[in-house]
This record gives sequence, structure tokens and C-alpha cells, in this order.
Amino acid sequence: MEHYTMNLKLKIWRQANRDAKGAFRNYEVSGISSEMSFLEMIDVLNEKLIENGDDPVAFDHDCREGICGMCSMYINGRPHGPWEGTTTCQLHMRAFHDGDTIVIEPWRANSFPVIKDLVVDRSAFDRIIQAGGYISVNTGNAVDGNAIPIPKDKADASFAAAACIGCGACVAACKNSSAMLFLSAKVTHLALLPQGIPEHDSRVKDMVERMDKEGFGACSNTTACESVCPKEIKMTNIAYLNKEYLLATLNNK
Amino acid sequence: MALTGIFLILFLVVHVGLNACIWNATGENSDHGLMFNTAANFMGSMVVIRILEIGLFVFIFLHVIQGIMLVMYNKQKRNIGYSVPYGNRGSKWYSRSMGLLGTLILLFLILHWINFWVPSRFTGVNGVDGQPLEMELADGEKIHNLFALMQITFQNLWVVIIYVLGCISLAYHLLHGFNSAFRTLGVHNPKYMKLIQSIGYGFSIIVPFVFAMMPISFYLGWVS
Ligand code: HEM
Ligand code: SF4
Ligand code: FES
Repeated sequence: MEHYTMNLKLKIWRQANRDAKGAFRNYEVSGISSEMSFLEMIDVLNEKLIENGDDPVAFDHDCREGICGMCSMYINGRPHGPWEGTTTCQLHMRAFHDGDTIVIEPWRANSFPVIKDLVVDRSAFDRIIQAGGYISVNTGNAVDGNAIPIPKDKADASFAAAACIGCGACVAACKNSSAMLFLSAKVTHLALLPQGIPEHDSRVKDMVERMDKEGFGACSNTTACESVCPKEIKMTNIAYLNKEYLLATLNNK
Repeated sequence: MALTGIFLILFLVVHVGLNACIWNATGENSDHGLMFNTAANFMGSMVVIRILEIGLFVFIFLHVIQGIMLVMYNKQKRNIGYSVPYGNRGSKWYSRSMGLLGTLILLFLILHWINFWVPSRFTGVNGVDGQPLEMELADGEKIHNLFALMQITFQNLWVVIIYVLGCISLAYHLLHGFNSAFRTLGVHNPKYMKLIQSIGYGFSIIVPFVFAMMPISFYLGWVS
């Protein structure tokens, strides 16, 4: 791919803290390489801001290799920007052209309050996982990995669901601010495996209850979540979650 | 939502099937609505159907209340919106507009009840001159001539337009609702999901289309 450099206009949400009133600020960056990642482009902007004595743009990031789920940014009307199945840190500047204007907003959901600028508080997700996203085992000696046979299709489906990195893009994209895609991934990947079955009724009920308490909206199956998920978690997980929940309710556990 | 929605879908099947009898009144061999009137009379006089009718109203009521509550609940979850909306890139407009489409259907339903249900149950099926519209069966029994009432009602172009718009709203409501209901009920097997999706799309287009053709047929004089 041809290498090129570009000058860009940026429109970024700035907000001093959770309670402050935020607003968009306009910036310009020049000489951006098409090979840079999106976060590196913001690093360039921040270095300039720091040199000028301004407050750099706060944004979440950690691994910068698409596995931690921290880099939450809503870029030009789409969580994680224009590329499908890609986190913001893996988005490269060749997705943009010289002279483009890029609008960057934080995730918008009452359950994800803004901490500063583009950083939001996603601890609601942690509390949902704490409510049941685990299996209780007594850790004795390491067991033989092949002692419990698991059908290949179940293992594959479970593994695909376990790929969720808890980034929150699904909530950000959903008109209802629903966390169903995230929850469905967290419930399904355990419910499909033999080790997850003993606790599957209480797990789904506790996690759904926690999700509602955290103030996420109710799923109406619009599929916006699926289309933005960087790990391509599928809506079928939501159907599976619904089945799990229905059966758990009928079992009254 | 899913259970009440599926019940309403089942109702539509019966309703569209019965009303399709009007097309027995076309061309040279027109029965002038005999088959339709007989079928309607048969339904109206069965106790089971009368009980189901009460159920239908309860379900519509529940569906509407639950729908309004759902939309309001979800509206409160994002106080600050985006300056660039995600729009149609990841979801269909009608999936995001179920509340609006449902409201349009409800407005249409109110007109529909005033047009047919209220006269047939309460105020009497009368012509423009106030005389009862009746049809005599072979055995001499006189029954409501709802066919004639449809004929009169659908002379008005505005009524026809509102009915067609109502059917279009229903089509879009079902395009989302049919599949959504089964996902809500936990159907996750890819084979069944494909099947349901195909049936859903077919149903959502064909049934409202057949309904919409009814007022159009009367207006254009295809049935008489
Ligand atoms: C009378 C006015 C109506 C209103 C106000 C209304 C409203 C709604 C709303 C708000 C939803 C939820 C939207 C969502 O899940 O995103 C919904 C879902 C649905 N509606 Fe209606 N609706 C009406 C009539 C109907 C009728 C006549 C039918 C069927 C013939 C129907 C079938 C469905 C189905 C199948 C669903 C999907 C349930 C689910 O998502 O689990 N609705 N409706
Ligand atoms: S389901 Fe996808 S979009 Fe949602 S939190 Fe997990 S990885 Fe992110
Ligand atoms: S920084 Fe870890 S996924 Fe982007």
C-alpha cells in the first residue's frame, strides 16, 4: 500500500471531569503518516498540546494490540472508527485522507459516565462479571486437559464468545444503550462448556439482574451492536442468553 | 413483547384468510360478498371466537403498554447523545422505529375499529341512508352485509390511503418484529433461525400486501 502523509482537522470532545460540562474543541494535525495507528495520531496531537502548555486529550489505552478493550472512542459516528472487526488501536490512519475532518466522541451511555475527555468509567461491566461470570472450582492439582470431553462445535462457539474484550462498543452503538451483546458473550462462553453447566441457572439470573441494576437499556434486537463489535461477537449469543434466562426462570433457581 | 406479538401475528393469519373471501366477488360469477359475509357471520356467532376477541383486545392493550414502557425505559439510558449518529450503518431504520411504527398501526386500528368493528358489534351495519345493510342467506336468515359496508367505506379515497399507509407500517413493524420475537424466545440454532427469517420476510411482505389490496380492490371496483 502506498505511503502518504496527511493534514487533518479534529473535532474532539473535551470534558474536565465527570461533573463538568463538556464541549467539542477543534484541532489540526499535520504530517500524519498513513502507517500510524489512530492512537499514535492522537499522541502526535497531545505532544503538540503539551509543548504549547495545553491539557492533552485524555483517552484510555493499554495493550495497543486489540486485546485489552480499553481504547474506547466513537469516531465519525461509529465506535472504534470505520473498519469492521477492529479496535481503535488497530485502526490505521490509511483509513483517512488528507483534509478529512474526524469527529471523536466518548462512549455515550448513562452507565458509562465520562471521567475525562474520551475516558469513560466502564466498571459497570466489571460488576456484571463479578455477579456470575466465573465458575467456582476448588483449585487442587492441575487436571488433565483432556479429562472432560467437549464437542468441537461447542468448544468453537464458546471460544468465539470468549473473545469479547469488554470494550463496550456494543453499548455505545446501541440506541437503547443495552449491554446484551457483552452479557451474552460472557454467559454463553461458560454455559456451553461442561464446567460452566452446574452454575448456569444462577449465573444468568444474577448477571442479568446486575446488568439491569447498572442502568443499561433493554435489548430490542436492532443488531447495531453486532456490526461494531471488534471481536465480531454474534447476535446468536443473545438468542442463547435469552434461552438460558427463560429456562432459568422456568426452573426458578 | 414477543409473546403478545406472536399472538397478534396468529390473529393476522386468520384475519387475512377470512377477508380474502371478498375476492370471491369478482367478475361475472361474483357472489356479491356472500362467501365473505357468511364467513364473517360464522366467526361473529361462535362463542370461542367471542372469547378470543376479548383476548385479542387484552393482548393488543398489553403489547401497546409494554411497547410504550420499553421505549420510554430505553430513552432514559443516554442523556447526552452523539453529534454524529451511527444511523443506518449497523441496523435498519425500522428496527429502531418500532415505537413509531406501532403508534401508526394503533392510529390506523382506531379508524379501522370505527369503520367496521363498532358498527358490527354495537351501532348496527347501516347504509348511507341509515337503512340496515343485510344479506339474505338461502335458508332465509338475514345477516350483516359487511361486504356492502366495505364497499361504501372504501369509496372514500382518503380512507383507502390511510389503510394502505397502515398496511405499510405493519409490514415494516413485522419485518423487525417477526424475527425479533423468536430471538427473544431464545431460538439460536442457525438452521431454525434461517428458516424463521425466511418465513418472517415472506409473511411481513405478503400479509400486509394482501390486506392493502382489499381497500384498493373496492375503490377500483374490482370486487362488487
Ligand atoms: C397497536 C399498536 C402497536 C404498537 C404500539 C406496537 C409497538 C411495539 C413495540 C414498541 C415493540 C418493541 C420494539 C422492539 O422490540 O424494538 C413491538 C414489538 C413487536 N410487535 Fe408491535 N406494536 C403494535 C402492533 C403490533 C401488531 C398489530 C403486531 C402484529 C401483528 C405487532 C407485532 C410485534 C412483534 C412480533 C414484536 C417483536 C417482539 C420482540 O421484539 O420480542 N405489533 N411492538
Ligand atoms: S461484545 Fe464486542 S463490542 Fe461488546 S464489549 Fe465485547 S468485544 Fe466489545
Ligand atoms: S488499547 Fe488494548 S484493545 Fe486497543
